[in-house]
Amino acid sequence: MTLTGVVAPQGRKHPPGGPPERRRRDGATWFLVLPALIPILLLSVGPLLYGIALAFTDAQSGRTRSTRWIGALNFQDLLHDTLFWDSFRIGLLWAVGVTVPQFVLALGLALLLNANLRMRWLARALAIIPWAMPEVVVGIMWRLVYNPDAGILNETVRDLGLGDGRDWLTGPATALPAVILVGIWAGMPQTTVALLAGLQNTPHELHEAAALDGAGAWRRFRTVTWPAIRPVALAISALNFIWNFNSFALVYVLTSGGPGGRTRLPMLFAYEEAFRYGQFGYAAAMGCVMVAVISVILAVFLAGRLGGGEDA
Amino acid sequence: MSPRTGGAARTGQYAALVCYLVFLAFPFLWLISTAFKPARELGSLHPTWLPEDPTLDNFRQAFDEQPLLRAAANSLTAALCAALIAVVIATPMAYVMARHRGRLSTAATGWVVISQAFPFVLVIIPLFLVLKNLHLINSLWGLIMVYVVWSLPFALWMLAGYVRAVPPELEEAAAVDGAGKARILVSVTAPLLAPGIVATALFAFITAWNEFFFALVLLKTPEKQTLPVVLTHFLGAEGVADLGPLAAAAALATLPSLLLFAFIQKRITGGLTTGAVKH
Repeated sequence: MTLTGVVAPQGRKHPPGGPPERRRRDGATWFLVLPALIPILLLSVGPLLYGIALAFTDAQSGRTRSTRWIGALNFQDLLHDTLFWDSFRIGLLWAVGVTVPQFVLALGLALLLNANLRMRWLARALAIIPWAMPEVVVGIMWRLVYNPDAGILNETVRDLGLGDGRDWLTGPATALPAVILVGIWAGMPQTTVALLAGLQNTPHELHEAAALDGAGAWRRFRTVTWPAIRPVALAISALNFIWNFNSFALVYVLTSGGPGGRTRLPMLFAYEEAFRYGQFGYAAAMGCVMVAVISVILAVFLAGRLGGGEDA
Repeated sequence: MSPRTGGAARTGQYAALVCYLVFLAFPFLWLISTAFKPARELGSLHPTWLPEDPTLDNFRQAFDEQPLLRAAANSLTAALCAALIAVVIATPMAYVMARHRGRLSTAATGWVVISQAFPFVLVIIPLFLVLKNLHLINSLWGLIMVYVVWSLPFALWMLAGYVRAVPPELEEAAAVDGAGKARILVSVTAPLLAPGIVATALFAFITAWNEFFFALVLLKTPEKQTLPVVLTHFLGAEGVADLGPLAAAAALATLPSLLLFAFIQKRITGGLTTGAVKH
């Protein structure tokens, strides 16, 4: 549920003269920075580097023998670990399957909220709910919805005469789509709010000018709205993709990765490997591969989109 | 959206909005409804939308089955301490990030962005080993330390935004009057930042209150576990055991963050939109 960089308040811009130039870094500056910097170095940067180092060792939990440096052996094993690549594929499917529809839906909602409609306050109020809920509760809630007997989804299916309904979360074919729908629901508010902010940034005059020139709704969207919200749209999509790929709690509660590993996201896999089987080094190697692949995908995505210019 | 949207288009817009509202609201309404249903209704093969015979039994049973109060107290302690510590140490650094362009603030901003991309498993394994050596596994203090650092990226980001919104002229005036840097921060800038600091603290609180992964890994015994972890015990080994108490406990666990979020929502969305409009 972090949302750094998307929903942070943006202060006023500095006056043309720029911020006041202060003396170079002095004692006082360090005094201000150190209380946060030390914990960051000790508990975030340090563990990250340690984690990368662990990926090259045979570290295990609860073992008396000392940990040895084994070079790239973990990575070689990972290459041949079909279960891991299955989970990797599922992770990508899940991340794309959540991010893309969520973006489309959130854009639609943001456009509606930006229009002068009456139920805006209600939509805003409701949009808080998925955002503020603990992921564990979101998972539990949807398990109640999906429940084969007492759930409202199957009851609706039955009421509509579409059959007896099914066991959505344990059916091999329906499990992944079912958790993806929950993922879309859970992340709607952040995406909507970010896009709405972008929309309110769109100059109104341009819209009106385009309308006077006889441009239809779609043309106005393409030529006026989209260019204005593009930076926000790219940023939020990229972040959503990363968060989704790395997500854990939602699917852990919904399916624990089942049935038969069909919803086993890489994080669930790595968690089991590390904390159920105690394979710390191997799980760390998984983490490294996840970071590497995410970085590559994002670099390609951002380079293509940002450099591509007009591609609507 | 457009200066002249026709009546049909308007109707379409409202229809779409209603669909969104249903999509957003119905799982939540179902949770609440389930929480108040008596066991008899929950066992029925044809569930009703609303409880026909609302009851509080599920809540009572939930408290009987799991140590919910204890878990809530643990969550409260962890979230409160983490939020307070995070804000206290982040505010000065955010100030430096906002006011001084230098390698330090560039590095800090870079770290804020990059830290969003870690899979937590890469951080939690070493943290687990370190905390184990410090005997801080299964300790709320260990979890609080992790939460503090984990909430720092967005705390720094939010607070730096609030600092930038404070006109530097005020600080310059104080500097001319001979006030030192720390003095300026405490007596000029901090009071203006107070609402932003509160919003950031509440946000950090909610994030920690809702957090699951670190708590799952670091807390072993039920007496130490936080609310989200204890909630998963209701699920049992094989599917959902007891729908009513599960729903009741889940609904209760949401309440604090929902209320706080309603309180700061305007600040979060409002800060964003005004910032965007003013550019």
